[in-house]
Amino acid sequence: MFKFFLVKLAQLVPTFIGVTIVAFSFIRLLPGDPILLMAGERGISAERYAQLKSQMGFDRSLIVQYFDFLKGLLHGDLGNSLVTHAPVMDEFMSRFPATLELSLFALAFAVIIGLPAGVLAAVKRGKTLDHTIMGISLTGYSMPIFWWGLLLIMLFSTILGWTPVSGRISYMYFIEPVTGFMTIDSLIAGDWGAFLSALHYLILPSIVLGTIPLAVIARQTRSSMLEVLGEDYVRTARAKGLSNFRVIMVHTLRNALISVVTVIGLQVGLLLAGAILTETIFSWPGIGKWMIDAISRRDYPSVQGGLVLIAFIVMIVNLLVDLAYGVINPRIRH
Amino acid sequence: MKKTLLAAGIAAMMLGATPVMAKTLVYCSEGSPEGFDPSLYTAGTTFDASSKTIYNRLVQFKPGTTEVEPAIAKSWEVSDDGLTVTFHLRDDVKFQTTDFFTPSRMLNADDVIWTFERQMDENNPYYKLANGSFEYFNSMSMGDLIKSIDKVDDHTVKFELTKPNAPFVANLAMDFASIHSKEYEQKLLDEGKPELANQQPLGTGPFQFVNYREDAAIRYKANPDYFRGKQPIDNLVFAITSDAQVRYQKLMAGECQVMPFPNPSDVEDMKQNDDINVLEEAGLNVAYMAYNTQMAPFDKPEVRKALNMAIDKQAIIDSVFQGAGQVAKNPIPPSMWGYDDDIKDDQYDPDKAKQMLKDAGVENLKMNIWAMPVQRPYMPNARRTAELMQSDLSKVGVDAQIVTYEWGEYLKRSSDTKRDGAVILGWTGDNGDPDNFMGVLLGCDGVGGANRSQWCYKPFDDLIKKARTLDNQDERAKLYKQAQEIFKEQAPWDTLAHSTVFMPIRKEVTGYKIDPLGGHSFEGVDIE
Repeated sequence: MFKFFLVKLAQLVPTFIGVTIVAFSFIRLLPGDPILLMAGERGISAERYAQLKSQMGFDRSLIVQYFDFLKGLLHGDLGNSLVTHAPVMDEFMSRFPATLELSLFALAFAVIIGLPAGVLAAVKRGKTLDHTIMGISLTGYSMPIFWWGLLLIMLFSTILGWTPVSGRISYMYFIEPVTGFMTIDSLIAGDWGAFLSALHYLILPSIVLGTIPLAVIARQTRSSMLEVLGEDYVRTARAKGLSNFRVIMVHTLRNALISVVTVIGLQVGLLLAGAILTETIFSWPGIGKWMIDAISRRDYPSVQGGLVLIAFIVMIVNLLVDLAYGVINPRIRH
Repeated sequence: MKKTLLAAGIAAMMLGATPVMAKTLVYCSEGSPEGFDPSLYTAGTTFDASSKTIYNRLVQFKPGTTEVEPAIAKSWEVSDDGLTVTFHLRDDVKFQTTDFFTPSRMLNADDVIWTFERQMDENNPYYKLANGSFEYFNSMSMGDLIKSIDKVDDHTVKFELTKPNAPFVANLAMDFASIHSKEYEQKLLDEGKPELANQQPLGTGPFQFVNYREDAAIRYKANPDYFRGKQPIDNLVFAITSDAQVRYQKLMAGECQVMPFPNPSDVEDMKQNDDINVLEEAGLNVAYMAYNTQMAPFDKPEVRKALNMAIDKQAIIDSVFQGAGQVAKNPIPPSMWGYDDDIKDDQYDPDKAKQMLKDAGVENLKMNIWAMPVQRPYMPNARRTAELMQSDLSKVGVDAQIVTYEWGEYLKRSSDTKRDGAVILGWTGDNGDPDNFMGVLLGCDGVGGANRSQWCYKPFDDLIKKARTLDNQDERAKLYKQAQEIFKEQAPWDTLAHSTVFMPIRKEVTGYKIDPLGGHSFEGVDIE
């Protein structure tokens, strides 16, 4: 098991180097220049421009800049934001928990609804319930996030007044960040009202962000269940006279879960991508919104640093998913 | 949302966590501030969150106008040669007392001198910390203008200038000139963490900083020691909401009481809403199309005038601005002093335009129109504007192609004297002075830079240079009127529009005034 882990880890190294190259060149390939954008209509004198450029280190050759970036990366230093002048690592770490919290709630929503829905659809294959569930999940999968978010806001927040429009917690509360998770920090602070408020603000964005993963999980669960239901050992289990519930929950679901877990793991990358839009709609102060601002201001260090960190996280999650297979299914334990 | 607040409020009360019944105003701001030290930045979003709330300046723009009035300085005088400006400071101005700092003295001349030293003295530790990147101070050429600043006594400060400059006092009402506490920043320096001045700002303004959750919310409370008295509201919250649609939803749900920058297409709908008042005012801005006057055939005024007459500007106001603007005829907006309302605009007349082009010997003209890729306060949609122009021009036999670049690139390339094409661009005033438009955008110094028409015309340039040195506003206004006549005769631009600024606020909010300079201030605002 440990050897398997090491091999997987070693395989990540070339991927990671590739990511640094892409992240570094991506923002530089975009037309635009942070200094010119900052100067706006006013413009900037050529000498002042040259001065700022050299202060930012952009007058050096790209190769030198890239290796400088790599060197910093190995020391955990991603440079400073051109806009706020704060270290990119700090900026990222102060916002990442917000994205993670939202993604976890969205994923929980997707799994809690999606998994049973998929099982149900498989069991009731070909019946109205199956068609209904699959129809809804296809709609969910094709839903444009921005539109879906605004629709829910208009209905539940503006018209019905059940949920807040946007934000992460009511402005009445200011919770000192400890873990960065608003729900956990408010409990640490012992502020029950803040905890409820944080949950309240999580409802809509979690639903919006969780909609597509929910649809994917439901469909994958269904097809995987159907596959396993046709296996000999399921027939054997039935022949032995086991209850239908036991056959489905123990003999079928457990085996069907292997491919479902893969899909859930793959959702993490999608969740982070979806978070960018969701965070914009719900004014959620996470890395998605932060990256968009950084890209539009051509804040090179923030964009390249943010991309590398996000890619790193996705890679680690995929590694964990690989390891989780072994736990779920001893047959592929290496 | 009401239920939410109620539930949360009850929960909070039961736990005794939050004081209740304080008046809180929530402003749905459009973005995150870059920091809280206004001297370091140029973005309006940053100024709203810092200089407009936390700080004051020596002088200020009278709320809702561009008129300069006393603030920290109760009065000032300019010497006859225009080279010395002396400010007399109020003696009742106190810096804020916060969790992180308690002032031991009142504001005095040392703080004023410190404020400017840190932006221009290479030996000042704050200058070193920022690498001298005080972009607004630099772009207003303040460093070249100020020769020295002297303390006459504790409440008198004297600025010596290198040359007479009439807009100088108005410049000091701008955000970058916000007065910092020398005592506070010295303390931070002694503690070895001077950068905190940008995260825990401290000024003399109506609101004091409480805390900031990155990208989420900024909280302020009323400064009890404010020299004009405590504000009617107790707390001010900026709820950062970058999407205009969502801001509107929040306003309707009562999650915020004031929002900036509505989508132009939502304004009509907002006006129908019983809970919302839509304030509107002409913005201090201009949108224009600048010809490259150094390139044939656009070097001929009659060609430029003919093209201006071929373009139906009212149609642009109607369809692009959706009525939220007015046709411009001068390079400065009508609300600015010195505006010449007697100027006759070149009327839309395609037949005459065609004839004029023919007379000028121009046939089968091909030209480029540059349309910027972004929405700006003075121009909701440059692409659409360019398309309307293109179709107007085709009617007089001019074949126009629309070109565009990424915004930064657009700004750079449009400055080039060899640029091919007429550029759509605009400007929002900094200090309410006509020089800030005509001097910056049309003066000879700006060629290859902010002067996008690359137009250096001596009779015009002489007038604005002279006006810059005079102190008497009436005399200056006369010169600017002459300059506007020359401008219209020569037509280096097609003056397109002055846009209208909309500010939707909830009905319970009183005392909010639109700032023609584009800022958002909550001084004197109350909730009923």
